[in-house]
This record gives sequence, structure tokens and C-alpha cells, in this order.
Amino acid sequence: MIEHDVVIVGAGLAGMRSALEVCKELDVAVLTKVYPSRSHSGAAQGGIAASLGNSEPDSWEEHMYDTIKGGDFLNDQDAVEEYVKAAPRIIYELEHMGCVFSRTPDGKIAQRSFGGHSKPRACFSADRTGHAILHALHEQLMKNAKSVKIYNEWYMHSLVVDGDRCNGVVVSNIQTGDVEVIRAKAVIFCTGGYGRVYKITSNAFASTADGVMAAFQVGIPLEDPEFVQFHPSGLYQQGILFSEAARGEGAYLLNGKGERFMETYAPSRMELAPRDIVARAEQSEMDAGRGVNGEDCIHLDLRHLGEARIMERLPQIRQLAIDFLGIDCVTDPLPIQPTAHYSMGGIPIDKEGHVIVDADQTKMQGFFAAGECSCVSVHGGNRLGTNSLLEAVVFGERAGKSVLKYARGKDFGNVNEGQEKAKVLEKFEDIFQRDGSVSYNDIREEMKEIMMTHCGVFRDEEKLKVCIETLKGLQERFKRGKVTDKGKLFNTEIYEIMELGNMLSMAEIIAAAALYRQESRGGHFRTDFPKRDDEKFLHHSLVYDSPDGFVIKTKPVVITKYQPAERTY
Amino acid sequence: MATFRIKRFNPEKQPEPYFEEFNLDIPEAATLLDCMNQIKWTLDGSLSYRMSCRSAICGSCAVKSNGHALLACQQQAEHLVDDNDTITLEPLGNMKPIKDLVVDFTPFRDKINQVKPYLEPKDEAPEKERLQSQEEFLIIDDASTCIMCGACYSDCNTLEVDENFLGPAALAKAQRFVGDSRDSKTLQRVQDLSEPGGIWDCTHCGECVERCPKPARPFDRIKEIMTVALENGVHDNNGARHALAFTSSVKRQGILNENLIAPGTMGWFNIPGLLSLIPIGLRMLLKGKIPPIIPHSIEEVDDVKRIFKELDQ
Repeated sequence: MIEHDVVIVGAGLAGMRSALEVCKELDVAVLTKVYPSRSHSGAAQGGIAASLGNSEPDSWEEHMYDTIKGGDFLNDQDAVEEYVKAAPRIIYELEHMGCVFSRTPDGKIAQRSFGGHSKPRACFSADRTGHAILHALHEQLMKNAKSVKIYNEWYMHSLVVDGDRCNGVVVSNIQTGDVEVIRAKAVIFCTGGYGRVYKITSNAFASTADGVMAAFQVGIPLEDPEFVQFHPSGLYQQGILFSEAARGEGAYLLNGKGERFMETYAPSRMELAPRDIVARAEQSEMDAGRGVNGEDCIHLDLRHLGEARIMERLPQIRQLAIDFLGIDCVTDPLPIQPTAHYSMGGIPIDKEGHVIVDADQTKMQGFFAAGECSCVSVHGGNRLGTNSLLEAVVFGERAGKSVLKYARGKDFGNVNEGQEKAKVLEKFEDIFQRDGSVSYNDIREEMKEIMMTHCGVFRDEEKLKVCIETLKGLQERFKRGKVTDKGKLFNTEIYEIMELGNMLSMAEIIAAAALYRQESRGGHFRTDFPKRDDEKFLHHSLVYDSPDGFVIKTKPVVITKYQPAERTY
Repeated sequence: MATFRIKRFNPEKQPEPYFEEFNLDIPEAATLLDCMNQIKWTLDGSLSYRMSCRSAICGSCAVKSNGHALLACQQQAEHLVDDNDTITLEPLGNMKPIKDLVVDFTPFRDKINQVKPYLEPKDEAPEKERLQSQEEFLIIDDASTCIMCGACYSDCNTLEVDENFLGPAALAKAQRFVGDSRDSKTLQRVQDLSEPGGIWDCTHCGECVERCPKPARPFDRIKEIMTVALENGVHDNNGARHALAFTSSVKRQGILNENLIAPGTMGWFNIPGLLSLIPIGLRMLLKGKIPPIIPHSIEEVDDVKRIFKELDQ
């Protein structure tokens, strides 16, 4: 059995930032199913928010209010306050580590505008901010290589729990197929989101709900899973992210008639309204037949920005559009559509990163989480652009500090290695033994399609019920799938099948919570309940597993400074 | 209908790699990675390769297509089809294959580690950010776009014959710190990078620039490190001496006097070094490869001298 004081699953911004904290005192392992530099945090383009005030006076209070209004008042305000207050220090620390930032003429970190933020507070590195931070943190891990053991290309299957305490994880080496148990005094999940359940998504192939489902399977609820963010500018039909920074720099959104339609939906903020509002506006235009060429497509027009500005501020995404669509945004508008981008919900945690199991903040001992896989909830019903990189770093650091406090002087818990291993080996064996005829690819495609059409930007009771029934059917067919590769060596097929299993469950959880929430708030819009309903639904939802299906409980929203108000832009 | 000719390798089943062909209609606007996924998901699930972001930022899906390394997610498949309607896929070069298109990145990563790839700041951290001008940012901007995909490493001609060479990616990463106005170890870095296996072992073929899917362009970064090394007086190595001897010969005579390059590279008083050249000199003599013994200048040598003078200013 492998042993480490602490094991961190996931090596994106949250995972690496927490590792840098934990390695100061304890022996830490970071486990990733890719390589740290290939984590999906690196795909974030536009920026990371902090009220530095480098281009216009700004304050944490304004950042806090923008975040809460953007989240449609479902955010826990105590958490938001600590988070936005920490932001400037967090950015300066990244800069001190060597992170490469674009600069103002006087050499400070440059900042630009972003949707839903009333001030230009997105710190950025051209249009590859996530990449810049990811590599800066990775560099620091390499510097601390003696105290951090990295398990590249290892997959996490399940948590090892004993009562209310977490004692490790069961993992396997993708290269060799060997299953191992890692015993640890504390486990931190930084496993990211689950956008791959949707057909059109900006997410990497790796964003498949492994972490959240491992938590769910040991009895931990998932908080607010119905809140999935659709980003307004996914490249048409590919879903690949085309940064909101384009609109931050001044790009227009045009419908098929060439109109700047945001005038109708958010006259004061126009293209820079929060993402949920812009994505819905786009979908409404398309549904009304006003998409480009009558298709599910909107134009993002950057032409008036000029080549020099585009090359300075948005060079990478210009290249992306040339490579993927053969369109140069300097001379032509870009076809885009809403793309599933970010999960506001996830594993419930408190402000210190402890995983909690109920509305009374009861902690699961030795289990922590941070970043997109978690729900603290700083984003409420809708996250503002540039707030996710910030969340990953702030709460990554916090989880790291909490783990130090928790694990210092603790003993390892009891782990029955043989039994834990056997459970996972059985899972492998079960899949290998299936000699079914159903194509996993078909199941995956059907899941993605139904989630897009029935649980996407617009939802209603009827669609959601169909969605859930379809998913249940797919879960049955999944048991009769056909496997080709029965080898141990770098068998990517078997891992894709396990990921699909996780996604089929996750998709149903999203749909079930969406069916439960009979109101429209932030990223969750019910056409049969088009208004926000604070009387009935100003609370978080907690979805639990039970032998009779999902049980949904509620958890109050923490409101400190700002009472819910009407949300207009 | 296109044919995908893919190099398969699974040592669990058979020790030698072999090519297998798959026929596929390339869907409109499909990337090479889209096609690989179609093959895996509908024709043969046992095909292994790496992938993740599919937007050219994670660096997972680099493979060799028709002999050259590229990012599978970044290329339209149609553009890669050759005259025989075929796309040939192989694993990256200069790294050991594990299975099918998956290679072992360990040496690649170890070499990046060797260049101390982290900021060694000049002073205690200030309360706010360290200032850096936009111009200073631009010096490290290109190098910082590297996504560690290994395409440059795969096709590097030096690595093919010398596995001790740090390779283009590690050297590009090194430039990211050599050029960083916030870093304190510039001199130490360029000294280390001037050692055997470092910048001077690059053969200047430019292949890495051709293969790099990002603006990182490793050879351009290597040249920048060379400049910083020479500016900092780090001359005491064969590579720098070779470059300087080369320049001084052209400056003086307008033409390369190859007879002077060898002792210039080794150092005129480096007797053992010079003696070590004798066997190769004799071999060259026997093959008639020795350059003219009596040096001469080109007719327009004054023009060359004028160019150098202007460059110096």
C-alpha cells in the first residue's frame, strides 16, 4: 500500500496551489489522470479577477456585489466576502512566483473589462491567462520536487472511508493498469467540472465528473448541480471556447439580421452582461429563427477592433478560429453558439475547504475539496467570467492550509487494502466480462444530445422528465456495452467507459435537480417557471443518493450584506 | 474516403510495431483528432493515444502525421491527406513508444527540470506586484506560450544523434527565465546552458520552429540565449568560441577561413584539444576535404567590413 500524509487528486490550479501549501510541512502526493501542465485550468483564456484598481479605482466591495448580483443572489455572501478580499494578495503572490502577466504602460499588471464586472478587474496574460498561471504553479511544483510526489496519468476510482472519516483513495496507473490503494491522513479533491455530459461544450475530454461521483458514492450530497453555465461564445459546432475577453475588448454580438440584439436583453451592459443572460439571449434569437442563416449560430464581430489590437490582446484565439474554422476574425465575423462551460455546483465545502455532508455544516473528517468540483458557493446561480481562476487559487490555498491544520500530528486511519482493491478490480472485471453488443459511443452521443436539447439553456418539466427517462435507459444499456481492449497497457478505452459511467449518473443528477427547482435563477432557466422565486427557492439544493432514488434537501443561503434584489443589466 | 495508416504497437501482444489501415470518410471540418476519435469509437477501441483539451492548449495529442510532428486537434484532417488519399500516423520521435501513439515523456520532462524552470527573484517580494514593462513582458511572452507537447523534441535532428542534448522545449523554457527582468540568475543560467548538451549543441536546422504549434519557436529562443550569453562574456566554451571565430573570420576576410575555425573553437592554447583534431584532419586530407591553406579575402571585403561597422553601432 502506498502511503502519503496527504493526497491531492487533480493538478489544475486548485490542486497545485493546495500542494504548494501542504508541502511546506507534510509529505504530499498529487495525482492526475493527465499531466499537471495538461489540466483544463490551462484552457482558461480571458483573465483572473481582483480589485487591484490598476486601470480604474476599484474595491473589494464592488467585486463582491458584482459577484453576488451575477450569481442571482444564490451565493453564500460570507464566503464571497473572504474570497474577493483575498483576491489582490493571491494575484500578487502569483506574480511573485513568476507568473507572466500583460502589463500597463507603468509596468503594473494590466486589467480589462469582463461580463458582469462593473470595473475592469480581469488581470490577464494576453488570452492565455489560465495557461500562464498553470505553468507558474507547475514551475513552483518542480522547484519543490523533493517534497511533492506527482503521479502522472493515474486515475482515481473511489474514496476509502471509515464511518465519517476519509482515509485514502483507490487509484490505478493508466500506463500499467495496476490498481493501488493510497492511504492518507487527508484527501483533497480538485477534480474539476463535468461539462462533457453536454454535446456542445468547451470542456476537455478529461472533464468527466470522476471526483464528484466518487464523493457522491460514499454518501456525500452534491450541491446545486442544476446550475451549469453556458458560455456565450463557443466556436460553432465545436464548442471550443472563444474568450469573453473578445467582448471585453469591445467585440459585438450580431444575429442573422446583423443586429446587435443585446440591446433588447441587457441595454446597459450590452455584450458584457453576465454569461447566463447573454447565452439565453443568443438561444432566444436562434429559437426565433434569427440565427445566422437561420441556424443555431450567432456572429461575434471583432473586425472594428483592428488587427493590431487583436494581435496584442487576442492572438491565440485568432489562431484558434483560423485553425478550426478557417476564419480570420480580423476580416470576418466568427460563428459562435452557447457552449456548456462551467459547473457552479459540486461537492459542498465550507469556507475552509472541508467537505460538508449536510445543511448543518457537518464535516467529513479528512476530506477536502477546492475549485470547480466543489461548491462553496461563491458563484451562486451563475459565475462571472474570471472568477473561476480566482476561486481555484483562493480555495486551493485555503484547503491546503486547512489540511495542514487537520493532518498535523494525526495518525493514519485503518484501511483494509485487500477489500478496497478488490472492489475496484471487480469493476474492471465487470466491464471486461461484458460481451454485449451496445456501442458505448452511441450511449455517450445520446447522453450528450439529450442533455443539450432537454437540460440545456432552456428547460421545462416535460423535457426534464424525458431527459431523466432517457438517461435511465442509457444507464441500462451501459451495462450491456461492448469492450474491445482487454489489455492492461495504456488501455484508454476502459477509462473512457468508466468516465462514461460517471457521466451518466452525473447527468441524471443535474436533470433531477433541475426538475426540482421550479424557478429561473442564474444559469438555470425553466420556461414553465420563468421568474426567480425567492420565497420558495432562495436556498441551495443538496442531492443525496438513496436506495429509492435521489433525495433532494435544502440548505440556506448565507446573506450578510446584500439583500436579494431584482437583477437587471 | 481516406485511409488512415496507423503505426500500432502493443508489446503485451507482439514485440514489433506494425502498420494498420483504417478507412474513414472525413466529416466536414473534422480535425485529425476528430478522425482518430471516430476510428477509436467506431472501428477499433483498442487504439491508444493521448488527448484532452482539443483546443491546442493542453499539448496532449501531439503525434507524427506523414512524418512530421503536429497537434492532432489543431489540424484539419483534409489538409493532411496525401496524393494517395492517405494519412500516416506514428508516435512522436526521440521518445520511447509505450503503446500505439503513446510515448514515454520521462526524458522530455527530466530535461525541462534540468534548466531550473522557475523564477529566482532578484529581491524580497514587494507588497504589490514587481513592475515589468510591456517591452520586458514581450521578451518572455513567446517562450511562455510553450505547451510542452513534445512536437519539437520529436523532430529535433540533434536529439536523434545526441540524447544528451537538452532539446528545444527545455531551452525555450530556459529562455523564459534568462529573459525575465525579474530573475536574478541570468549569468548562472547562461553559463549552465553553455555547457555540453546546451545551446551550442543545437545545429540550427530550424525544424523545431517548423513543428512548434505555438509562438514559442524554440530555435528563436535558443538564439536569444546565445546572444545573452555572449553579451555577458560567457565565451569560455567551444560553442561560443566557434561562433566568435566564425564572425571574426568573415569580418576580416569577407569569407569563412575554415582552417582558423577549428583552433578558434578549441582555443589556440588548448594543446590537447588541438591534438584531438589531428585524426579528423588527416581523414579530411585523405578525402580531399581540406580547405585551401593560403587564406584570401573576397574582392568586396570592404563592403563586409562596413556592414559589420554599422552593425556594431
